[in-house]
Amino acid sequence: MAEVGRHPQLNRNGELHHLLSIEELPRAILERILTTADSFINLAEREVKSVPLLRGRSVFNLFFENSTRTRTTFEIAARRLSADVFNLDITRSSTAKGESLLDTINNLTAMQADMFVVRHASSGAPYLIARHVAPHVHVINAGDGRHAHPTQGLLDMYTIRHYKRDFTQLTVAIVGDILHSRVARSAIHGLTTLGVPEVRAVGPLTLLPGGLEQLGVRVCTRLEDGIRGADVIIMLRLQNERMKGALLPSAQEYFRNYGLTPEKLQLARTDAIVMHPGPMNRGVEIDSHVADGTQSVILPQVTFGIAVRMAVLALVSSSQRMQ
Amino acid sequence: MKLAIRNGRVVDPASKVDGRADVFVDDGRIVAIGTAPHGFSAERTLDATGLIVAPGLVDLCARMREPGADGALKVESHAALAGGITGVVCPPDTDPPLDEPGLVRMLRQRSREAAGARLYPLGALTAGLGGEALAEIETLAEVGCVAFAQTGSLPHDNSVLLQAMRYARTFDLPLWLRPVEDTLAGRGVAAAGAVAARLGLASVPDVAETVALHTVFELQRATGARIHLCRLSSSNGVELVRRAKREGLPVTCDVGIHHVHLIDVDIGYFDSNFRLDPPLRTSRDRDAIRTGLADGTIDAICSDHTPVDEDMKQVPFGEAESGEQAIEFVNESKPNLVLMDINLPGMNGLECTRILKSQHPEVAVFVITSNNAENYRAAAIEAGASEYIPKSQIRKELVRILSRHS
Repeated sequence: MAEVGRHPQLNRNGELHHLLSIEELPRAILERILTTADSFINLAEREVKSVPLLRGRSVFNLFFENSTRTRTTFEIAARRLSADVFNLDITRSSTAKGESLLDTINNLTAMQADMFVVRHASSGAPYLIARHVAPHVHVINAGDGRHAHPTQGLLDMYTIRHYKRDFTQLTVAIVGDILHSRVARSAIHGLTTLGVPEVRAVGPLTLLPGGLEQLGVRVCTRLEDGIRGADVIIMLRLQNERMKGALLPSAQEYFRNYGLTPEKLQLARTDAIVMHPGPMNRGVEIDSHVADGTQSVILPQVTFGIAVRMAVLALVSSSQRMQ
Repeated sequence: MKLAIRNGRVVDPASKVDGRADVFVDDGRIVAIGTAPHGFSAERTLDATGLIVAPGLVDLCARMREPGADGALKVESHAALAGGITGVVCPPDTDPPLDEPGLVRMLRQRSREAAGARLYPLGALTAGLGGEALAEIETLAEVGCVAFAQTGSLPHDNSVLLQAMRYARTFDLPLWLRPVEDTLAGRGVAAAGAVAARLGLASVPDVAETVALHTVFELQRATGARIHLCRLSSSNGVELVRRAKREGLPVTCDVGIHHVHLIDVDIGYFDSNFRLDPPLRTSRDRDAIRTGLADGTIDAICSDHTPVDEDMKQVPFGEAESGEQAIEFVNESKPNLVLMDINLPGMNGLECTRILKSQHPEVAVFVITSNNAENYRAAAIEAGASEYIPKSQIRKELVRILSRHS
């Protein structure tokens, strides 16, 4: 096991070896990922949709938490790079049978895995795995607890760059359950690294963690204040289990205050784009007229997501051994 | 045997000595500090140049793993001795908890046999540390418990705490309490603040400590009970203790050694070696703790030694909150019956029941609780529970209900 003090994601040459979080990655690496994704974006329209970059490599999708969507896009991305893909749905109930997380990793490494794509309910779990794997193995975080969802963050950055070109003139609002959202954290780090001057976190105080300002965002508790003049609005999914209880009284009241409707959207710039990581709760965080409207870029996000994940897989696999 | 320890820096707070001096020992007793008594001729001389010569240290909290792990006491108490710690206060959160005179007698007997550091057991304040019924604290004191503790957090039920203080005051027994309000602490694994926000870790707010301190002090004013507060962690908490002492409340407190040196930033990339209870806080809190130690607000530093299996550190830093975990588990495993505890960290049992029933109306939920109040029963039924079972009757009631259902 490697020592704890080493950079968890970069190797000695400063190349991206694991993708665990957008935080602490240099701007040049983020830009390289976005540029690499450009080269994959048109691949989908070609007759032969794959390239042989990862031929002979084994990618294991290791999902300790269910997510058909993210897993599928990673699978498509890996297949288009000609990798051998193995999907393992290791839900909480089977790990409860006694095998520890690291035993599972040891077993799969013995099956000659080259790359693990990991989704886990605990913040930080991919770091534990990355510290444990052999030097040639790569770990990609596909979402860990509330901590990070870096490929989602990168596809959000790709989407923003596609529609807005220049990050350094933008105002971006992230709206909803920031407290529990790994998507929000990854977006915040991506935006601040790429030079967005104003990032706003918008939500009721029950869903905003303390100390958020220190991540470089402006906190707004009213939707109107948060989206006024914004170029980009990222709506977050409100999980079912948060809709009633001590954090929020009801989905209806949430929608009244934080749901994005066509009327409220008029407060943003006329060319503002609306994003959402999916799956959407129509009528809870977003009105259908907005979700399906002309300013929505929610479906292009999904398409870009495949190209961005291909770029990440291709880049990490080309890095030197982690030593 | 006659022993001379020469040239050391002698530090003894009790006699207010701090300076270079020689110490003379005859047959295990210190016979003089400074000049040798008349006719003393050392059979052995230790040169303590550059070293501190001090009385044995007393650690206010170190877990000896007994009862629970047989043989551990000998290892742990000798390890303490090797570190200059000659007295160890051990908390009652053993397996089983130290809530019976027989257990305490056995533990003390083993400690005598181990001949390591001297043991000062804390008795459990409540039976099984359950926070409901008082343990026989007067009898426990008689067999050697030095004080009585509720570990982890304050008892859930303030009336139990109030009565415990009254009862302890009757016999002038001190209580050792952790100032943690667990409904506010939940299952947090990091102090609330920028680090927890960044790492996405469930967090413990400052108020989990300050609300508990206010509760303790208010009940002290009502009862006059003597209280020692264990493991203070926040700047605001230190200030409250400072004011309570100024007011004249009979209170003392300690901090864990980690909180004197480490802060939340040390968690780094989810290093589980820094997952502590209470969690590490900010540099501002650490500075307040150091100031509190210097000005006497904080009376002691303890090791809070808790032997942890290396395997236990090989798990992710923080697990998801239990209420949400329960819902996810039900989603995946589709059970017929769920036994739900009301006192769940994070999302509480009633809230969890409500969500479970809205998503899985076919799953039966029985709420089990230590709380007998009728309004809870109504709330549980209203949330969708089909039964409400007091913990004390769980076996009997479960058999009765299940035989009726099958």
